[in-house]
Amino acid sequence: MEPVQQIEGRAYPFGQKNVDTDVIIPSHWLKTITRDGLGRGAFEALRKDPDNLFDSAEFSGSPILVAGDNFGCGSSREHAAWALLDLGIKAVIAPSFSDIFSGNAFKNGILTVVLPQEAVDRLVEVAKTDPIHIDLENQVVSTPFQDRFPFEIDAFRKHCLLNGLDEVGLTLARDSQIATFEGKVRDERPFLARGVAA
Amino acid sequence: MKRPRGALTPQPMASNDTPRTLYHKIWDAHVVENRDDGTSLIYIDRHLVHEVTSPQAFEALRLAGRKVRRPDLTLAVPDHNLPTTARRDAAGKRIPIADAESAQQLDALERNAPAFGIRYIGDADREQGIVHVVGPEQGFSLPGATIVCGDSHTACHGGLGALAFGIGTSEVEHVLATQTLLLKRSKTMEVRVEGQIGPGVTAKDVVLHITGVLGASGGTGHVIEYTGQVIRDLSIEGRLTVSNMAIEHGARAGLIAPDEKTFAYVEGRPFAPKGEDWDAAVAWWTSLRSDPGATYDKVVVIDAADIAPSVTWGTSPEDVLPITGIVPAPESFADASKQVAAQKSLDYMGLAAGQPISGVEIQNVFIGSCTNSRIEDLRAAAAVLRGRKKADNVKWAIVVPGSGLVKAQAEAEGLDRVFIDAGLEWREPGCSACLGMNPDKVPAGERCASTSNRNFVGRQGPGARTHLVSPAMAAAAAVTGRLTDVRELA
Repeated sequence: MEPVQQIEGRAYPFGQKNVDTDVIIPSHWLKTITRDGLGRGAFEALRKDPDNLFDSAEFSGSPILVAGDNFGCGSSREHAAWALLDLGIKAVIAPSFSDIFSGNAFKNGILTVVLPQEAVDRLVEVAKTDPIHIDLENQVVSTPFQDRFPFEIDAFRKHCLLNGLDEVGLTLARDSQIATFEGKVRDERPFLARGVAA
Repeated sequence: MKRPRGALTPQPMASNDTPRTLYHKIWDAHVVENRDDGTSLIYIDRHLVHEVTSPQAFEALRLAGRKVRRPDLTLAVPDHNLPTTARRDAAGKRIPIADAESAQQLDALERNAPAFGIRYIGDADREQGIVHVVGPEQGFSLPGATIVCGDSHTACHGGLGALAFGIGTSEVEHVLATQTLLLKRSKTMEVRVEGQIGPGVTAKDVVLHITGVLGASGGTGHVIEYTGQVIRDLSIEGRLTVSNMAIEHGARAGLIAPDEKTFAYVEGRPFAPKGEDWDAAVAWWTSLRSDPGATYDKVVVIDAADIAPSVTWGTSPEDVLPITGIVPAPESFADASKQVAAQKSLDYMGLAAGQPISGVEIQNVFIGSCTNSRIEDLRAAAAVLRGRKKADNVKWAIVVPGSGLVKAQAEAEGLDRVFIDAGLEWREPGCSACLGMNPDKVPAGERCASTSNRNFVGRQGPGARTHLVSPAMAAAAAVTGRLTDVRELA
């Protein structure tokens, strides 16, 4: 994965609340068996409006999306993260995210930044005319107008994003701990350890 | 020296005298290791795989030269893309699937499962069905187990007292490769439903009502334990329905403490523990309840007397009304962005503020989905339809059983005849019109009384208007051609 350190650029002043993953990528786009090319289907219904943000000359290709509360709710489809990535989005800022979406975003190197509603409202205003800067190392979102919004992020996620680390590889290195646990389960809860044959 | 079977094992991270919630007990029993940053590596006991969210995970394993760590804890079943019409011709030959991309995903699962040594239930097997119906039905899903699937309705299995939740494709890959997930412990919420539900009120109405009370994001960051007399009184099928929709109020997972009903449901199923294993399992499962004095981060109490047969009016599952209610005005919401969303919903749904929701004409009926396609759901729908016919304005009405075994059971009980005689179509099992990845879609601008779980814009097809209801209410709507209070047909 690409390391994420500083993200600077124009941001979609989107701001909508409860944007579900069916809106981010409708189900008829889920039939792929690879991860690429889903940007074309991103926000498909909204993009039927010729004046939509995502195809506007001003915002198209922006690396940041500023959204409303509960972004990415609904279906667990990781295609939502792939679609945003394919659109060129590297970070989403919102007052809250669905748990599944933020996990999916992280695993694909998309930074999700949780800020209070007032800060998000301000960023939506700024984004209409000016760029936004996200500094992951120092955990702060800033604007050209002296706004500075510090944000919290899980230490492990931050470490992985800053260094572009692959989580599966990191866990595979814990093989002996996993094997020890499996031995314990076989001993204490054998009914869970017994699986099904292919 | 082996420990006595079924003995309670002291778990890491919790001293035995601290009262713990059900969630904490299951969590503690699955910690491989705790990390300094507050996350834990959690062992996954059961992994359900379907064709939509797995191809890219298998692709990644293949590219990295990685194996599936525990193929024996993994079960693959196609469900989302399968047509619900016949899958084999008279000669037993597979009928080709018209949509090339659907066929490609199904084909990928059919190839990936054996290539990675995973048990596969095929499209024409009697056991095939929706993953969340098949898991409990086969005894693959067990109380106290951690269960994941690349599907947000995995919370369903919490109805058995399993810690079950949906994951994305990268997590599917992570579980396939390591049989673990790196997780942060969620907050806990108790949703206690007290009293007794009235006639015509079902598990679906209970969970729709809860979603209306909590809102679509009310449970975000939490695992919800559903408690109270109403939950205890529900059948296992009903509990699966409630837990299934935990995600619709934002919760990571839903949980219902296992009890004698749960054990009776699980016992004897194909993959359920047997003999000595069974005794050990029941001994452990019996300990899986929140201790007296255990505290939740949040508690919500709901009075069953407030729950009527329910229906959604908008495009979020939180947009719930009793069938006796009127469509709300956008300005009735305190939150400004909800006002905007409500207006958009009304425009999309073709409804006007102040209009009674009962009597709204529908053209389609869908009885099915992982929420409501079990035998009890089909019995409830058939009870309303028996001796009646669907209204003429209902152009398309399908009943899609949750699995081949549910289908066989329904046919043994003659329910298929009830549906067919009433003018409904009796289909093959799958996800179907819940999300329209297969050919079962609701036409643009038309309404559907649907027993599924999401009324999102375009969910059942572009422009489709979904009203979420219980199976009995869907059957009532089929009979009158309108959203109808099922109690009027009693």
